[in-house]
Parts: sequence; structure tokens; C-alpha cells
Amino acid sequence: MVNEQTIKDIVQQVLGDIDVSKFLDDDKESEAPATAFKTGEVCEEGEAGEIPDITKIDIRTQYLVNHPKHGEEYAKLKAKAPCRLGIGKAGARYKTLPVLEFRAAHSAAQDAVFTDVDPAFIEKMGLFTIQSQCRDKDEYLTRPDLGRKLSEEGAKMVDEKCVKHPKVQIYIADGLSSAAIEANANEVYPAIVQGLKSHGIDVGTPFFLKYGRVASMDQISEITGADVTCVLIGERPGLITAQSMSAYMAYKATVGMPEARRTVISNIHKEGTNPAEAGAHIADILLKMLETKSSGTDLKL
Amino acid sequence: MSEKIKSVGIDIGTSTTQLIFSELTIRNLAGSYRVPRIKIVDKRVIYKSAIYFTPLQSMAAIDTAAVKAIMQKEYQKAGIKPEDLQTGAVIITGDSARKDNADSVIEELSDMAGDFVVATAGPDLESVLSARGAGTDVLSREQEKTIANIDIGGGTSNIAVYQNGRLMGTSCLNIGGRLITVEEGRIKNIFPDLERRAEKMGQPIHRGDQADVEKLKKICRQLASDLAQALNLKPREAGHDALYTNGGDPLDTSIHLDGITFSGGVAACLYEHPSGSFPYGDIGNLLAQAVREEKAFSTVETYPSRETIRATVVGAGSHTMNVSGSTIRYEAGLLPIKNIPVLKIREEDEDTPGKITQTIQREMPVLLGNGETSPVAIALSAQNTQTFAEIQTLAQTIVDGTEKVLKRSAPLIVITENDIGKVLGNALSLLVGREHPVISLDGLYADTGDYIDIGEPVAGGRVCPVIIKTIVFNS
Repeated sequence: MVNEQTIKDIVQQVLGDIDVSKFLDDDKESEAPATAFKTGEVCEEGEAGEIPDITKIDIRTQYLVNHPKHGEEYAKLKAKAPCRLGIGKAGARYKTLPVLEFRAAHSAAQDAVFTDVDPAFIEKMGLFTIQSQCRDKDEYLTRPDLGRKLSEEGAKMVDEKCVKHPKVQIYIADGLSSAAIEANANEVYPAIVQGLKSHGIDVGTPFFLKYGRVASMDQISEITGADVTCVLIGERPGLITAQSMSAYMAYKATVGMPEARRTVISNIHKEGTNPAEAGAHIADILLKMLETKSSGTDLKL
Repeated sequence: MSEKIKSVGIDIGTSTTQLIFSELTIRNLAGSYRVPRIKIVDKRVIYKSAIYFTPLQSMAAIDTAAVKAIMQKEYQKAGIKPEDLQTGAVIITGDSARKDNADSVIEELSDMAGDFVVATAGPDLESVLSARGAGTDVLSREQEKTIANIDIGGGTSNIAVYQNGRLMGTSCLNIGGRLITVEEGRIKNIFPDLERRAEKMGQPIHRGDQADVEKLKKICRQLASDLAQALNLKPREAGHDALYTNGGDPLDTSIHLDGITFSGGVAACLYEHPSGSFPYGDIGNLLAQAVREEKAFSTVETYPSRETIRATVVGAGSHTMNVSGSTIRYEAGLLPIKNIPVLKIREEDEDTPGKITQTIQREMPVLLGNGETSPVAIALSAQNTQTFAEIQTLAQTIVDGTEKVLKRSAPLIVITENDIGKVLGNALSLLVGREHPVISLDGLYADTGDYIDIGEPVAGGRVCPVIIKTIVFNS
């Protein structure tokens, strides 16, 4: 059995071998100007006994190629997008630091999928919770069809608790990233409501759907009789961010309708448009759906 | 999906009057399933007029009718009607701005130039426009260097310095190729300040004198030296400071240039080497020669400019308009609005809600004037306003400030740098009530003393064209 201390020691040793400070100090062997490639203060040694948090490294500023011909130019290109390029190599392999970063990003993605949204977060937003027909995460991942249907109890709760025939019905679903919901939903949701209110439109009763997929909105639309239904849902995480959320919207959604009837605003996360501003933008799209009585490919934005 | 809009630039300078039409392409750079990001992606000059001598009625007045006739002829030749134009600028520059009827000329022209065309003058703006027309701003960003453009025109020389694409400073001197004109071998006219200066230099020169080329060369060498001094390429001599237009300031001495670009009519002479001492009946060519010979200029790199004699008009036609951020709030019926004074909240005050309120309460009545209902734009960076809650607080703070000082009929206009225009606009609208119009734009920087024009929305109503006019000297 490997105990926790042993793991810590191994990690400590591996990270020690990497010598992160090399990327900060003037590397005598490297002709690259060190200033342009600082990986930032996050790599500095923490307090005694702490190891630096490699997930805090901004990969836009990370450049690990030794003896580059045009390092500064490369760094300028890299600054434009968070991609794993210019990370150097050790022989035929990746360097240790990028490998660890990659695995850390992968772990964050896995966590985002397998963790549940904190019930306290849902409570703070004033939402009640219902569940899809999935009984647990494993079933959720393996049976997409069940994630599109509400449990019997859930359908009943929506029927009983929600205002009927609202102009706009909004709800939140965990989808494939609980982290995305916790990072964005409380910013986006009030901004949508405010945007609609400032144009005189009231919204229906919001709630939270556990183990929910996008097409769950079809059944919810049928139960509530809303003109427009909007779900804020966690996106399948990638290796750049695990906190990206989408808003799927449809005018008078019905079970079995073509996917082309949905409109989506995706990639809502902290690296992109401010989530509150994105919410205000979503409100405008919802207004346009009400105005034109259409959505998806029928709606010209 | 892109949209093209047409823009006009009209420049009435000391010696020449010109016009260009350009086409700006606006495109949404974000995918259709994302929050839009609409930018100007291309600027292209589609028509250049001939270059005319600015028609004068007398030394003190521009011949308005003749200028108008030129414009009508050029519009016809280009096949463009005023209503085809979405934006543009009429600028009256150099010595022409000093003419008695400058204001009325500009007013008459802006009427025929299209709905949303700014009419403006001012040496600072001229410096900026000519540098943009010359491509100096882009060049300095690409080269990552500090580069000055010097636009040597007929009556003035305009300097604008850019560092990595950012404007560092402007200045304007009364130095130009047409300060002395020559006709049939005699001095026809001389700018009074220069006449006095020549006297002090021991090179007295007066109207009607024989045009002595050697003497004029000496004067031009002094002027070229002054230009080098103005760019911090040479120590400044006594008396240099008196050369600045409207008693303006020289560049800050801390500015060190890596390179220069030349534009303006004299720069055209610099590159084209016309023959003879007075090919245009003035000292322009001699001044170009003197600039070429001034050693101080060769201490830094000279980059080719994109435009020379047309730099200012291209700057006015292609580079005055910006677009707001792509998520904004506005009342369509109110636009366009022109000449809105800017009330800037200082960045250090932004984090203290009380100070924002106080600044608005103190400064808004001043800008509104007596009983005026003309709008004022509140400008702030809002860089630290990120969350929904923070945006609500900011909205409340602004409304606390405007509540007593802004009439209910006047629109509440807020511009921020941070991309929160739409959500802030929504919050403001709910606070002030729906009968009170709100315009909230983002992605824009403006400062106290600036004026802004907001045009009718383009790109499917997503963005507003905006022109920010920095008029420091003339305010």
C-alpha cells in the first residue's frame, strides 16, 4: 500500500527534478530572452512544504523550446490562443512539465463530469431539484436517451411547481460539467432574467435538473407550455477549460422535434465573454424568438 | 457574413483640398453559435479625387461656393450620393482652420456629405488622422517601436508619436511649404510670424521682394532644424517653443524615437524630387530639400509612409470611425447623436461608489449647460466590474449620480471599456424606468474633453459606429 505521504514525496521529487525555476531565470544555455517566456509567478516556490500548482500556469505564456530561432515571434502567436504548442521535447518525448499539465487538465475534465453540482449552490440560487430517468452518473453517461426524459416524480414536480404558459421557461442542467454550472449559472441566469424584464417579459419558475441532457427541454416545454424554453447546461469539458457552459433555446419545443430547431450560445466561460454580458445577450435572442416565433435554423440572428 | 459601409474623407488644407471615399468591411469574427465579436476587418480606399488648390476668396476667407462645386463634381465622378455614406469626416486643417469663415465652410460641407459625417478641426486630431493615414500607428505596432509621423503640409506640420500602436503624444507647428508663396520670381505672400522670424535670423524677407533662392534655402534649413528639434532629434534652441500652433505644447522631452514617417505635401516633394526651386509657387520643394539635408533626421530610421499628400484625407475617410462592442444596449430611435461631451470617471475613483456618484453630480450640470437637454456620455473603464452583482452596484451608483441632475427626457449614455455594455444597460434601464432612454456601449475609451458621435447601428443592429473626437486645443 502506498500511503499519502509516499505519494507526496514522489510528486515532490518529480517536481523537484523538473526544476521549474529554470523557466524563470536567465537560462545561460538558451538564447531565448527569458522575459518573454516567464510562466508567471504561479511557478514560484510556494511556502515551505508546498509544491507549485501547475494548473495555475497560463499556457498562453508558456514556451519551452530550447534555442528557438524566433522565440519572441512564436510567443506572440501563442499569446493569442491557449494551445499546447511550443512546449519543447525531450528526445522524442514530451517534457515532464507539459505531461503533468496535460494530465492535470484531463483530471479536471473528469472531475467536472463526475462531480455533482453542490446542493448548497442550487439552494442559494433558489432552485428546486428534479432528476432525469438516470439513477446515477454511470447510467447518465451510458444512456443518453434516459438523460432526455424526466423521472416520473420530476415531471410531476415541474407540473405542480412551475407557473404555466410562461413566455420564457429557464432551467439549469448539470449536463457534462458540474464545474461549468457552478462557475457560470449564477452570473448568466440573473442577467437573462434582468434583460427580459427590462423589455417587460417575465420568466417562468426556474429549477435544477440533475443528470440532464439538452433535449430534456422538449418535455419541459410540453409540460410548462412555455413559448420559449432555455436550458443552461454544462458542456463536455475539454483540456483548455472544464468550466464551459451553453445555453440551448427553442421556440415551442416538442418531444421528437428536429435538432435544427434549437439555437445555441456556447463557450460561456471566464476566458470568453463576461458571463453576465453573455446572459444579457441570451435575453436578446430569447426576445427575438418571441418576436419572430421561431428558433434554430429558422431564426436569422 | 460581412457588411460593407461607405465612408467619405474631405480635407480642406492650407494649400490643397481633397476627397476620398473608402469602404469599411465589418464582420462577426466569432462563430454564429457564440456571443458575437464584430470588428472592422478591412479598410479600402475606393476613390481618390484630384488634388485641388484650396480656393480662397481672400487671404482671410475660403471660397465656400468653389469648394462646394469641387465636392459636387467629385461626388458625381465617383458616382456616390450623400445618402450612400454611413460615416466619414470633413476636416479643415492647417492654415485653413484659421480662416474667418472656417466654421461655416465646414457646416455647409457636412450637410452635403451624408448623415453621419463629422465636421471637425483641431491640430491634435489632424496629427492623429494624418499619422493613421500614413500607417504609422500600425507600423509602430508591427515593429514594436516608437515611431513619429510628421505631416508637413502647407501651413502646419503635425506630429503624432505612436509606441507599439498606442498614441504617445501630438504636437503641431506653424511650419509648412506654403508659408511663403512665390509668383513670377517675387515673394507673393509670407506668413507674418515667419516674416518676423526671418528678420531675427538676419534674413529679412518681405512681400514683393525678389525671391532669393539662397536666402529662402537658409530659412528652410532653419525650419527643417526646428522640425528635428520638435521630434527630440536635436536639442531645442531658444525661440523654438514659439512655433507651436495656438500656443500648444511641444512633445514631451522623455519621448525617444526609433523611427519616423513623413507625410503631407512636402513629403511628396521629398520622395518625388520635383525639379525647379518653386514648382508649386511656394517654398515646399525647398523645405523638402532642407529636410533631406538635415542630418538629425538620419539618426533614426525613416520608414516609408502608406500615403504622403493624401495621408490626412485618407485618415479622415478611413480611420475616424470605430465600432462599439457587439453586445450593447441602445434606443434605435435616438441615433445618430452627435457631439456628446464626455464625463470621465477617473480610474482611481471607480472602486469607490461614492466618488462615482459625486463626480457625476458635480460635473454633469457643467457639461449639460443651462437648461440644455443635450446628452452627456459618462465614460469609465469598469475593468474591475465583472460579476452580475458588481454590475448592479455600478448601475445603482451611476443612477444615484444622475437622478437629480439629468432630466428624465434626456438619454442616459454610458460608455465602458470592459465588455459589459448590454448587461449594464439592462440594469440601468430597470432602475430609471422604461420611459427614460438608455444607451450603454462598451469596447470604447474616451477621456474628459472628448466628444463622441454615435451612429445608427450596423451589422444587423449589433454594433454602433462611434467616432471619438479628441479636441484639446480648440475646446
